[in-house]
Amino acid sequence: MSGVVLYSVISLTVMGAAFGFGLALAARKFAVERDERVDRIEDMLPGANCGGCGYGGCIGFARALVEGKASPYDCSPGGVETANAIAELLGLEKIEKTPTVAMVACRGGNRVPIKMKYAGLRSCTALALLADNLHECSYGCIGLGTCVDVCPFDAIRLVDGVAVVDDDKCTGCGKCIDACPKGIISLVPKTKKVRIACSSHDKGKAVKAICDVGCIGCGVCAKNCPVNCIEMVDSLPIIDYEKCINCGICAAKCPTKSIVDRVVTRPKVFIDSQCTGCGECKKVCKFKAIEGEPGERHKVIRDRCIGCGLCLDVCPEKAISVAGALGHQPGK
Amino acid sequence: MDVGRLFAIAIGAILINNFVLKRFLGLCPFLGVSKQLDSALGMGFAVMFVMTMASIVTFGIYHYVLEPYNIEYLRTIAFILVIATLVQFVEMVIEKTSPTLYRSLGIYLPLITTNCAVLGVAVLNIDKSYSFIETVTHGFSAGIGFTLALLLMAGIRERLELADIPQSLKGVPIAFIVAGLMSIAFLGFAGLAAE
Repeated sequence: MSGVVLYSVISLTVMGAAFGFGLALAARKFAVERDERVDRIEDMLPGANCGGCGYGGCIGFARALVEGKASPYDCSPGGVETANAIAELLGLEKIEKTPTVAMVACRGGNRVPIKMKYAGLRSCTALALLADNLHECSYGCIGLGTCVDVCPFDAIRLVDGVAVVDDDKCTGCGKCIDACPKGIISLVPKTKKVRIACSSHDKGKAVKAICDVGCIGCGVCAKNCPVNCIEMVDSLPIIDYEKCINCGICAAKCPTKSIVDRVVTRPKVFIDSQCTGCGECKKVCKFKAIEGEPGERHKVIRDRCIGCGLCLDVCPEKAISVAGALGHQPGK
Repeated sequence: MDVGRLFAIAIGAILINNFVLKRFLGLCPFLGVSKQLDSALGMGFAVMFVMTMASIVTFGIYHYVLEPYNIEYLRTIAFILVIATLVQFVEMVIEKTSPTLYRSLGIYLPLITTNCAVLGVAVLNIDKSYSFIETVTHGFSAGIGFTLALLLMAGIRERLELADIPQSLKGVPIAFIVAGLMSIAFLGFAGLAAE
């Protein structure tokens, strides 16, 4: 009996030792040289493997970063913080980059008549090849949800037959932009909440006939923009987001509501007691929202102020501040 | 050496008593790594290699270490030791030679360690008192059988990706149903040869 115990212990010990030793040797022979920075960067990246950076997943991007082929700021899902942390790790210069989100430039969907019965593959690409568009409008959202399928962050939903991006979930990776056969999705700065929501280059009459929220190319938005950031190109307005101040006047003036204003609560500016009454703010305000006699403390007419912040920059006394913040209302 | 017997063992392990579809061993990688043909093939080869090597080494250990000292009761733990070592070794080799395959196999490669199919082969070899050549044949054929099941499954699942499946059955549920149907289909091989 004791023999069995002895033999058991010895044989298992010897086997274990032999295998362990063999593995140790093999580990040395087959050791894979790896840059530990790659692992650390991969841990820092979001790990969504969305491919928005142009590399095969986060590991591919991490390798490209270490080799110096890519910039940390190419990863939009990670955001600026991640990019800064990686830049620090790699000893690169940090840069300021505003986050962007995807935006579907169409509000048509079920409002636009459907031109055919379609029972094929649930893919916008397939339909676009077959029949250009499911709806009468050739430019609009097809609404079969190809962008919804490719979005790695579950940020796109179909609402009334049109794709709508949730700004809070969207990371700006750009996958939907490549997937949309109509090319109506684009990246816009996350902080700019007033956006053109139509892609139709058709003439006003043709648009009016099929869609009640389509741009008719009237140009009212461009004429009313206080900072002249809208330009009409081929019957469609284009917003220059560098200049746009989120005032929402264009959205309010648009006769067909093809410009969306996602600002929920508009902030109001406030002029404090340091005001010397120089009148600079009054001059710069596009909305006649500041009143007051020269030399006296000026006042803000709250109903007119849209919180664009133009007056903040011109005040020599820095007596103007903004209360409230730009809100966001999904899906509207 | 009886070639006919070896052939019978091979056919038996590949088709009649297919490890996945008949014996229901190694189901974890069967469902886990069968989404793409490429990684299924890689996994198949890895399992084939581990099964063959495990058969050879466990044969030696059983007949030249355990049997002479009458400690056959250590069979399971000794075999697991062998298999774990082999899997670690295979993992190192694959990581060195094919990082792509290494990544696509992912967690399932270390899981071969606890893959009951591998242990099953080793134990069956002993239970059926196979000779050395028969052991090698059985181990290798079991690996082929596993690979065959995995490849068939991967091929079907690649097509399922594009098929119009009811929402509630998408993904794993339909894979389970397919696995069951495949198992029933393989039942047709039963009786091809005497066990």
